[in-house]
Amino acid sequence: MTDISSLIYQIVIPEFSRTLFMVFSATAISAAIGFLLAILLTVSHKDGLRPNRYLYHALDTTINIVRSFPFIILIVAIIPLTRAIVGTSIGEKAAIVPLTIAGAPFIARLVEGSLREVDKELIQAAKSFGASNFQIIFRIMIPEAVPSIISGITLAIVAILGCTAMAGAVGAGGLGAVAITYGYANFDNTVMYGTVFFLIILVQVIQSAGNYLYKVLK
Amino acid sequence: MIEIHNLQKSYNGVTILKDINLTIQDGEIYGLVGRSGAGKSTLLRCINGLESYDSGSLKVDRFDIKQHNENEIRHFRKNIGMIFQHFSLMERKTVYQNVALPMKCWGYSRTDTDKRVRELLKVVELEEKINDKPRMLSGGQKQRVAIARALSLNPKILLCDEATSALDPKTTQSILALLEKINKTFHIAVVIVTHQMSVVRKICHKVSILENGKISASGTVSKVFLEQPQSLKNLLGEEEDELILGGGKTIKITYAESGDNNRILSDMARELNVGFSLSGAKLERYRDAVLGAIVLTVDDERIADIGQYLTERGVSWEVLSND
Repeated sequence: MTDISSLIYQIVIPEFSRTLFMVFSATAISAAIGFLLAILLTVSHKDGLRPNRYLYHALDTTINIVRSFPFIILIVAIIPLTRAIVGTSIGEKAAIVPLTIAGAPFIARLVEGSLREVDKELIQAAKSFGASNFQIIFRIMIPEAVPSIISGITLAIVAILGCTAMAGAVGAGGLGAVAITYGYANFDNTVMYGTVFFLIILVQVIQSAGNYLYKVLK
Repeated sequence: MIEIHNLQKSYNGVTILKDINLTIQDGEIYGLVGRSGAGKSTLLRCINGLESYDSGSLKVDRFDIKQHNENEIRHFRKNIGMIFQHFSLMERKTVYQNVALPMKCWGYSRTDTDKRVRELLKVVELEEKINDKPRMLSGGQKQRVAIARALSLNPKILLCDEATSALDPKTTQSILALLEKINKTFHIAVVIVTHQMSVVRKICHKVSILENGKISASGTVSKVFLEQPQSLKNLLGEEEDELILGGGKTIKITYAESGDNNRILSDMARELNVGFSLSGAKLERYRDAVLGAIVLTVDDERIADIGQYLTERGVSWEVLSND
């Protein structure tokens, strides 16, 4: 049996902060890239502000291809890229690269959906008073879609949290790694289920925060 | 002034608008009516360039959208306000922010915007709702906000796309009264697309009836209602079906109420010495006239005399038949 308090202080808390670091940096970068992709998708869609079949299909196909990769394969498949960017393929910093590559297309799809839900008549109204496409996107569509985008981002954070556990299996560290190495591989059910319990609490906190923000912004 | 000549539009091989010719004068309230799918909303959107057309010409104060680039069109649109069936407000902004939005997009100063927004909210009688969000407002109030927003850039024309179709009759009346007030005070031409004849009767000067992408009747509202073209009957539907009795000819007389012919029936009976049975009569108030419609059944042999008498009095009439 492991001494619970030393386990918590020496392993769970440092690994927890690694998990948070991975989740939030990957979410932040994914959100930035995802937003850009979502705007390009929405604008170039055939009913968009400036339809462009080629751009839309290029982005659409690329996103589908990246999203087809099982995450664990993606981590391995892009090791050379990860090394080129971070210098290593081990550790939580290295994990951010595959997490971002998986997260950005996911967020792009969620935000694209939110933007497409913006009332078509509202966009026509904006055009009718002479708003430019840039103003329509940034002053009308995005502000109107904010609550729905927040829901999407909350969903993405939880999904990325799940991915960090998989990244933990191949050397990223974090709570997922604790559950696998100290729990599962060590035949220590207390550690394994304890870590899972910790993750449950974390997901609850993220989801409640997301729901609260949604309610306030709506 | 809006001048449309031989406008055509088709989409995927389906004709949407065909041979559209009409002129809308400054300060006029013009109705475009028709059943859904008749092309009226598309025609309205051609006026401010939200929809393009294939051939013909459409000029608003000599400005032809086809000959200008995107930026020039954006500036041109400042002259044309537009309101919609479902109000199209930003749900997450206050009434004030919604009305101020066009001016913000055009970079007006904060003080000019503030002054104009307050002025407009007074016009639409929503001053006390200034900081409310649209979801706290009723349908009629939302449409008033949309009207204030559409007027914020001082347009010369206001386009209304089924603006009262989602409102109850009483609210519709108040929105129509507001549109009429705006038309009179600011001398703004109002183009109304609707499928509700009551809207046209109440406020329009002129009307065009669209059927399958073509204008099938056009003119001042009282003229169109007096002439009762087939397209008007199609539009009004069964509600206007007349009861036709046997034993004689059933005729329908339509006339504009005036001192001359408000006793037309008794005059006719006395002067021609004819009898008839009355199967229906009604008077309806229009913007500028009261129009009457009477349905009579008369003896077959007197129909010629009656017809001549009515024609001489300058009243239109027709024989109704059972078919």
